[in-house]
Amino acid sequence: MSALPEVEIRIGGIDVGVEHDALLASTPGAGACVLFTGAVRGEGGLGALEALELEHYPGMAEESIASVVAEARTRWSVGAVRVIHRVGRLLPGELIVLVGVASAHRAEAFAAAEFVMDYLKTRAPIWKKEIGSGAERWIECRERDADAAARWIGQHTPTGESA
Amino acid sequence: MLKLRFFASIREKLGQGSLDVRAAPDVVDVASLVRHLDAGPMPGCAATLLADNSLVAINRQLASPSTSVEDGDEIAFYPPVTGG
Repeated sequence: MSALPEVEIRIGGIDVGVEHDALLASTPGAGACVLFTGAVRGEGGLGALEALELEHYPGMAEESIASVVAEARTRWSVGAVRVIHRVGRLLPGELIVLVGVASAHRAEAFAAAEFVMDYLKTRAPIWKKEIGSGAERWIECRERDADAAARWIGQHTPTGESA
Repeated sequence: MLKLRFFASIREKLGQGSLDVRAAPDVVDVASLVRHLDAGPMPGCAATLLADNSLVAINRQLASPSTSVEDGDEIAFYPPVTGG
């Protein structure tokens, strides 16, 4: 079993291959692994983006993501889960976040990964600031992120009988 | 003592990321805490801390202006989250 923490907020980069292998290796009977990564786009509200600055509330950010993962586990039968969210100064093209889920079958892994990502975006106390064109501004929260999370409310979980 | 923390745009508007304040008899909930700060150590902070889109957490749990405040609490104010 892997000793990796389920949720990690850190400055350092993400090695997607290493995370993938660790998720599968930590999940007995795993037949599927879904990885989502989010990266810094090259453009923002200020035009060409120079960098993003990410700030978080240490402790609460980790706890709120862990509670989202725990909620996902009540909905779907999944194996290892890994969430890494980076903070600090990130350049276009760099990874911001990774959500990885291993499971016996793909349906649970896809659903749980999307659920964790949707809720992470609306619950975890993390903020992004855009820097570019000699200016900087905090990114505003978007209604469509709240909508993405809200659509899970009351939704039945898939049975995941297919491979 | 109450341990206050401010994040992101709220931190920048207030010009500080944290502040320890002594618990006072007139501070019973988040709203009265903000009034106490506004009248004392942080003049003008109420407009920022009680803005419609400001969020508050007590001991890392989402709270509201009417949530009770007790000595020793960690109270954080922050704008809507934009991670992920």
